[in-house]
Amino acid sequence: MIAIDLLSDITNSLPSLAAGMVTSLKITAIAVVFGIVWGAILAVMRLSSFRPFALFAQGYVMLLRSIPLIMVLLWFFLMVPQLIQNLFGVSPRTDIRLVSAMVAFSLFEAAYYSEIIRAGIQAVSRGQMSAANALGMPYLMAMRLIVLPQALRATVPALLTQGIVLFQDTSLVYVIGLADFFRSAKNIADRDGNTVEMILFAGSVYLIISLLASAGVQFLQRGGRYVKVG
Amino acid sequence: MFKNYSWDWGVFLQPVSTGEPTNYLGWLLAGFYNTVVLALSASLIAFAVGVVMGVLRTTPNRWLAALGTTYVGIFRNIPVIVQLFAWYFVLPELLPTSMGTWFKQLPASTQMMTSAVLCLGLYMGARVCELIRSGIETLPKGQRSAALALGLTLPQAYRYVLLPVAFRVAIPPLTSEMINVFKNSAVASTIGLLELSAQAQQLVDYTAHPYESFAAATAVYISINVIVVLIMRQVEVSVHLPGYIGGKS
Repeated sequence: MIAIDLLSDITNSLPSLAAGMVTSLKITAIAVVFGIVWGAILAVMRLSSFRPFALFAQGYVMLLRSIPLIMVLLWFFLMVPQLIQNLFGVSPRTDIRLVSAMVAFSLFEAAYYSEIIRAGIQAVSRGQMSAANALGMPYLMAMRLIVLPQALRATVPALLTQGIVLFQDTSLVYVIGLADFFRSAKNIADRDGNTVEMILFAGSVYLIISLLASAGVQFLQRGGRYVKVG
Repeated sequence: MFKNYSWDWGVFLQPVSTGEPTNYLGWLLAGFYNTVVLALSASLIAFAVGVVMGVLRTTPNRWLAALGTTYVGIFRNIPVIVQLFAWYFVLPELLPTSMGTWFKQLPASTQMMTSAVLCLGLYMGARVCELIRSGIETLPKGQRSAALALGLTLPQAYRYVLLPVAFRVAIPPLTSEMINVFKNSAVASTIGLLELSAQAQQLVDYTAHPYESFAAATAVYISINVIVVLIMRQVEVSVHLPGYIGGKS
């Protein structure tokens, strides 16, 4: 009977659950893309022979990796509205929770992505950079065209796995009251008084998505080889 | 950006407006205390569970190994906040009525702390499990065989041969997990446990000085980080085996 009740509860609230899931996925997608781009820049800076760049990247990564994600979210929820207001003159009452969350996750995850990419760059053999330089490519061009593509390809499984962790972490936007999938489930639970069912349901959805995604990553790692370089 | 913001670091020394005999710094310290209690208790559970599950995953018995794999699969693939809500809101409803009622009659802070410790402990246990497992798997296969050939039982082989080295191999990644348990403890603020990040949020409401409050809490988290790294480095040096990688002594 519980199962049937739950099923009807869920079908009734499907639109808001689906909207919540879209929000969760949006944050994940934005943070994966910008996190990898900014993370790659940080990794290159970290390995640069120009000391201020290296120190900045090292400090950035160390700082963001030592603070709880919840604190980072709260910080950005505090700062982003004022920044937006100052930069674009938007009314502070505009709902900026989604934007804050996207900015916070992108900047936060970049710290983790940069460490993965840095390991990837260091695993590319030194000869690649030397050969590119010998062919007349300047450092940044060689990095962009020769080293980074190989480094990123080698780290694809680790980057994707981090993406799954990130997807789970988006549930923490709860603290800034953003209606992602989990928050929507909890709101329905509070409204309909079916906390037990909704939390177990939300947990199962995350479990299934994450397990399927991990299986996909493993499949990529085993069978779906990329075109070999060189 | 801060042109209209009036900084006041003295705010921490003002007495709290609820009439409690403390100041806002006292609230932060109380939060810090809860964070430490929560993280340390959870890390004990995580270590115990992680070792048991990590060993199970490497045993020759298929069923025991599958048990370990299932544990890790479940606890690592559900967001920690969902797990926390399950422990705090769902479990008391599913327990036998008398136990559920008993739990709900405990002081609220005890309920929150118990749920948070169990949740974080078992969540982090899955991660520790993977570290212990890979620690055991990096050992040459010959170690296990030699131990068994010498007449040690399988439990003895783990106790005297495999685990002592696996623990040492796992110390650097365990250090990051130790830091993670402190960072993840912030999630307990979502069920109302007044740990460090929750106190910082409460300070925002009471003092209207969000930047100072968040900066203070952030600084404490960074200090915790540094302290954990220093302690674990000391541990690593003091248990170092001669002849193994990372040999500093």
